Amino acid sequence: CWGKQNLKSLLKLIVIALTPAAARDEFQEELVIRPLHSGDIYASFQFRTLWDTDFLQEGQKVSHYRLFPKSLGQVLSKFSVRELHISFTQGFWRTMQWGQPFIPSPPGAELWVWFHDTVSDVDGNWKELTNVLSGIFCASLNFIDLTNTVQPSASFKPLGLGNATDHRFLRYATLPREIVCTENLTPWKKLLPCGSKAGLAVLMKSEKLFHSSFHSQAVHIRPICQDEQCSSKAWELRQTLNVVFDLHTSGQGKKEWSLFKMFSRTLTEACPLASSSKVYVDITDNPELFELSPATPLLGQAVVLGDRRTYSVYDLSRAETFGQLRSFNLLLRWKGDSDMLRPLLHAERYVAGFGLQTGEIHTVIYNNHPYRAFPVLLMDSVPWYLQLYIHTLTVTSKSRDNKPSYIHYQPAKDRHRPHLLEMLIQLPPHSMTEVTVQFERALLKWTEYTPDPNHGFYVGSSVVSALVPSMVAMRTNFTQDQPLFSSFVPVKEESSYFVRVYTEPLLVNLPTPDFSMPYNVICLTCTVVAVGYGSFYNLLTRTFQVDEPSPPLSKRLANLIRRMRGVPLLT
Amino acid sequence: MAAPLTLLLIVAVTIRAVLFRSSWAELISERVEVVSPLNAWKRVVEGLALLDLGVSPYSGDVFHETPFMIYLFHFVVDYAEIVFMIADGITAVALYLSIQTYNKNVFRKQKYALESDRYPADCLELLRSPKEMFYIPLKVAMFYLLNPFTILSCVAKSTCGLNNAIIALFILCTLKGSALLSGILLALATYQSIYPLTLFAPALLFFLQRLYIPVNLRRSSFWFFTLQYAFIYVGSLVVITGLSFFLLGSWDFIPSVYGFIFSVPDLTPNIGLFWYFFAEMFEHFRLFFICVFQINVFFYTIPLSIKLKEHPVFLIFMQIAIISIFKSYPTVGDVALYMAFLPAWSHLYRFLRNIFLVSCVLLACSALFPVLWHLWIYAGSANSNFYYAITLLFNFGQILLVSDYFYAYLRREHHLTHGLYLKKKDGTEATLVLK
Repeated sequence: CWGKQNLKSLLKLIVIALTPAAARDEFQEELVIRPLHSGDIYASFQFRTLWDTDFLQEGQKVSHYRLFPKSLGQVLSKFSVRELHISFTQGFWRTMQWGQPFIPSPPGAELWVWFHDTVSDVDGNWKELTNVLSGIFCASLNFIDLTNTVQPSASFKPLGLGNATDHRFLRYATLPREIVCTENLTPWKKLLPCGSKAGLAVLMKSEKLFHSSFHSQAVHIRPICQDEQCSSKAWELRQTLNVVFDLHTSGQGKKEWSLFKMFSRTLTEACPLASSSKVYVDITDNPELFELSPATPLLGQAVVLGDRRTYSVYDLSRAETFGQLRSFNLLLRWKGDSDMLRPLLHAERYVAGFGLQTGEIHTVIYNNHPYRAFPVLLMDSVPWYLQLYIHTLTVTSKSRDNKPSYIHYQPAKDRHRPHLLEMLIQLPPHSMTEVTVQFERALLKWTEYTPDPNHGFYVGSSVVSALVPSMVAMRTNFTQDQPLFSSFVPVKEESSYFVRVYTEPLLVNLPTPDFSMPYNVICLTCTVVAVGYGSFYNLLTRTFQVDEPSPPLSKRLANLIRRMRGVPLLT
Repeated sequence: MAAPLTLLLIVAVTIRAVLFRSSWAELISERVEVVSPLNAWKRVVEGLALLDLGVSPYSGDVFHETPFMIYLFHFVVDYAEIVFMIADGITAVALYLSIQTYNKNVFRKQKYALESDRYPADCLELLRSPKEMFYIPLKVAMFYLLNPFTILSCVAKSTCGLNNAIIALFILCTLKGSALLSGILLALATYQSIYPLTLFAPALLFFLQRLYIPVNLRRSSFWFFTLQYAFIYVGSLVVITGLSFFLLGSWDFIPSVYGFIFSVPDLTPNIGLFWYFFAEMFEHFRLFFICVFQINVFFYTIPLSIKLKEHPVFLIFMQIAIISIFKSYPTVGDVALYMAFLPAWSHLYRFLRNIFLVSCVLLACSALFPVLWHLWIYAGSANSNFYYAITLLFNFGQILLVSDYFYAYLRREHHLTHGLYLKKKDGTEATLVLK
């Protein structure tokens, strides 16, 4: 038997020696359920794949993919992408009723990419990248072109590694009109290592997910440090899906939620490829607010969005979570009502004015902190056919003029690029700041209108980015075992946390020409020009002459006969 | 004549000042008939604001004024209202003086022709008397200053008023005989908007007539003077363009100003023919029709110059009218400039055929423009076709007006050479036709 053992270990050694050193990759999945005070329920899925490899290495093509999806890996190396963030959202996040989301996203599709500094033609890479991504996600991202792409100078700093300050390598575009449906969910689910067959992804059934107030799926790819000293780097792929189920449409008015009610499925097993698979339920307001079953002894605490929250943790990699029935179904039953803590930063936007000639965009930003003022960076990208007049820009806080300390304005070029306005505004404590700017609506060529021109044209959401002062000290040290939802945004200092708020997109009507008239218009206008030409031609080429009337027919016939006869003619 | 002119100026300034201070000023400066993307005051302010922000005004597509305007308004933007009122006053006084000079010339030529018996006996009633010509310059100034179109244009602070002032000064210098100043001012007018280029021909013809150089392409004296004048004109244009380069240190203003005028990318409605035509144009033919429409403005110059080579001042009137009708972004300020000349041709009244129809059409259209705009943009009960129809009618009326005056002018000239009461071969009264 010594021989057998030795043979086994010898074989193991040989196998290990012969296997090429594969890059290590790791997959984690988690689901956070947060009951909201209005009776709705917020579920946030996060799937993270970490991979120790370098896509941007010269010469070495990565070919052996295991947990990391090959389609995305190839995209990263082909287009020298350093960071990629894409999100598809249906619905608008109601900050005042639901608080801050873990990962904010604007309605429609949003894509922002940091390219590597070695790229020489960023616009060309951007165009190809949007087309490739539109194929991967079955979305019409090919509508992203130079007329709706901007290069923000300060609002979208890299979330991963990289000391990039040159915003020439950044591209940001948003398609507010984009609709999200099952067609987009399916390829998104296919990118997961376990697909939708095992683990948390089995809960993602489209008939329940899209029957919600808010649905957002996103992919975030960035390079990160593996440890404190940043001795090794890895690529991180996060796929997030945020969904808010409405009390009345999905919950039938009963303040009682369960996994089965939300997703029409229960969990049966964790994804075998995942190194950790957990479900977190926010029980900070327990036990007065709601009752949770099955109970669990595991508790976790995390500081997220400036607040210390307590979570019940269910570890799906342990068999006892699933109980006797081999199925895990959470149940939350409401017991009472309470008030929500008001979010510290909130923004709204609307169009004022009447008629189809001019209008005004009003952006209102609320600072609900009782005594702290903090600066926010407001970024507005307005399409070229709404001509902004920057001299009409006014920023007022508490009915007094509030001059922004930094304004970066790039005016639009017709049919080439949109307006980009970025401002750093200091918000006084407990105040409302209003930013107004006037615009004029352009008349477009008849081929530039969408097939439904009277629906209106969408203006993408404004982005308000800020470092909000936090009530609780945020952890700046890096730990591997932090839950995923609290480690998305890197925390640089203890006293504040990063928040990005998206406003509503706007729907603006433009004056339309009559689409049935091209031929008629050409004819009529050319007629008027021809009338001018004709009158001038007559007056220029003809002279005045005395009008000798031509003789009547009888006289002419008589003259004809007389000529034949050789007799003198009649006059 | 100084006293009535001063009184007129005072009345005009009062009307404008009253309107500036009322709530109408804001309303008028938004009207698309009065301002266009080329000369709106809002855009001048926007350009100056962009310059303050450190961005070149020409980097966007909102500012289409020449650097000369930036230079000027950088210093006087707070006194803009006074600047525009002064510009209107300068235009009126320049037109007054030029028509006065022109009338003197006309009367002198008439006297010589009468003394040398060049007029047939029966057309003596067509001759002009000093008494009838006395008030014409004042009427011209009045037609310009008190024209509602001019008042609207001034209250809206449209830079069209400044362009009109430059053109009026050019006409004055031409009629006074100063080739140098005339060339410089024409270069400035061309630099502002390219179309006054066509006024080169009438100015040249006037100088040739004045210096008794016959217009004969085979004679060297003709070419000698033409080259001199062209040199002054082109030279000043080059100098002005070069100076504009040094303002912002780039040639960005050329595509922004001249490229914009020629390629008509902005389809904001105005009183011209271009906007709806190019809004409904098939993409394939766009370039072709742009070229056709732009050539349309310029190509009447040579034929008109040949026909009217003895009458350069009427040619100036015709050219300004053609520019105002067929330019890419016309406004009522351009229309007001050629309408100011109409009293100078008041002796043609008996030969005008359609003047009642034309005045009714123009009045009706001017009244309907704001109504149909409101119905389209604000009430939503009409659509763009209504406004377009009135545009067509207004331009048609203008074309009829100009061609009517041209007809009357040519007819009077014919009568002056052939006699007023023409008889047919059989002795009965004849009718004149164009054949």
